[in-house]
Amino acid sequence: MKKFLAFVALWVTLGLINVSAVAAEVTDVVPVPDKGDTTWMLLSTLLVVLMIVPGLALFYGGLVRAKNMLSVLSQVFGIFALVSILWVVYGYSLAFGDGGGLNWMIGDMSKLFLMGVTPESTAATFTDNVVIPELTFVAFQLTFAAITTALIIGGFAERIKFSALMVFSALWFTFSYLPIAHMVWATGGYLFEMGALDFAGGTVVHINAGIAALVGAIVIGKRIGYGKEPMAPHNLPMTMIGASLLWVGWFGFNAGSNLEATGGAALAFLNTIVATAAGGLSWMFAEWMLRGKPSMLGIVSGVVAGLVAVTPAAGLVGPMGAIVLGLIVGPVCFWAVSGLKRSLGYDDSLDVFGIHAVGGIVGAIGTGVFVSPALGGVGIDGYTMGGQVMTQAIGVLLTVVWSGTVSLVLFKLVDMVMGLRVKEEDEREGLDTATHGERAYSV
Amino acid sequence: MKMVVAIIKPFKLDEVREALSAIGVQGITVTEVKGFGRQKGHTELYRGAEYVVDFLPKVKVEAAVSSDILELTVEAIEKSANTGKIGDGKIFVTNLEQVIRIRTGESGSEAL
Repeated sequence: MKKFLAFVALWVTLGLINVSAVAAEVTDVVPVPDKGDTTWMLLSTLLVVLMIVPGLALFYGGLVRAKNMLSVLSQVFGIFALVSILWVVYGYSLAFGDGGGLNWMIGDMSKLFLMGVTPESTAATFTDNVVIPELTFVAFQLTFAAITTALIIGGFAERIKFSALMVFSALWFTFSYLPIAHMVWATGGYLFEMGALDFAGGTVVHINAGIAALVGAIVIGKRIGYGKEPMAPHNLPMTMIGASLLWVGWFGFNAGSNLEATGGAALAFLNTIVATAAGGLSWMFAEWMLRGKPSMLGIVSGVVAGLVAVTPAAGLVGPMGAIVLGLIVGPVCFWAVSGLKRSLGYDDSLDVFGIHAVGGIVGAIGTGVFVSPALGGVGIDGYTMGGQVMTQAIGVLLTVVWSGTVSLVLFKLVDMVMGLRVKEEDEREGLDTATHGERAYSV
Repeated sequence: MKMVVAIIKPFKLDEVREALSAIGVQGITVTEVKGFGRQKGHTELYRGAEYVVDFLPKVKVEAAVSSDILELTVEAIEKSANTGKIGDGKIFVTNLEQVIRIRTGESGSEAL
């Protein structure tokens, strides 16, 4: 029996080789994924998972009060799990399918439940005839959808109702993340065809989530005692660990967005170090000069701002351009989380708007400038600085308006149906015990 | 018998303990406390949000001593806890009516 099976296998293999050899003579060779590219993309996917859990969860967790630590960890974990499922059920198809008449905005349902996506099917990269396994692309993009949706919780941490958040997240993922991802990254997408540059998700991830967080913070309202009671972070070492994991994971996020293990990935990789370093330093010096002390939280906030700013630019600008981008974004975000936030009076608890939306806008516009070959960037066909900056600005504006409108409608809707905010006594008690029935620290 | 209660700077605790042992104080009780005095608090800044911290961490040392070594005790704490800077703390002395050692039932100065 074994011999017979082996014989059949050999026969089939030979037969297939014959068939493909014949096919090759007639048409072009069907591209086969490179093992190096596949490995790199699987590794990058893993790194982005690390960014979400535990990276983002700990970064946020350390910034809230001790009584809300577990609520933040639960929210990040819960959203990651929820979006993962939604992504393979319909998200991937809607984000990267061909939507026909609506293709400028959204994909279709042809790959519902990953129909037709097999270990053999492939996804295109930025190089002709270079492909990666489609399942790798599905998994990589899944992590982007998950982290974007999870980022939003920082805007209204310490007061949102967990059930309402889960419902909102599913809706927001569907009506804001998927269309924006399609418009920016899918062939035929409105911004993609217009030539808006977003290497790893400055608009799709950071502006999108940052705007949703701001709308959420305003609709839900300020935390009880905001501005009167101290709401200092409860564990900054935890925040430092989270920020460090974000930085490490971001190499997968940015360099992985190159989709191939090439020099382009190496450029994105190096930029993810130097822009980040410049962001950390520039925030630190700004704070040192204006407030007298260089704080740890300031340095890690600058680091995250640098990462956000270099995200759309990673594989498109040169290392020196990336450094300038980092030097600009630090002080701008420092102003956004202190001066701007104070003057407008919203309670964006963990500064998702101030760092991700504002930093994302700096990055998106900056990409239009520093992609210029004259400034060390890789350049694009028919590049003019004014034209590209204008295209980038349209991308930013569209994302702000889209995310802002969708978020406002969804927050209001969920609020009407089930209420967004926990009861006052629960908020005072802390969400860990009130909502989740457990406490982070027993002393 | 006297009860001596001293509020001191936390990092001075070891020196105070050594000084008290040296003059024959048999035991002390130590508690981490917070409070304010002339030193006032300080401000903390988190991403530009300013918090005024009114209560500073201190250590409370309690020692029950016989009246004849009271002056030595007070002097020992005063010297060992002194940095010369604002916030060194205070010493409070009160009368102590009774002391009982739980294990043996001894009472009064024998129990000290």
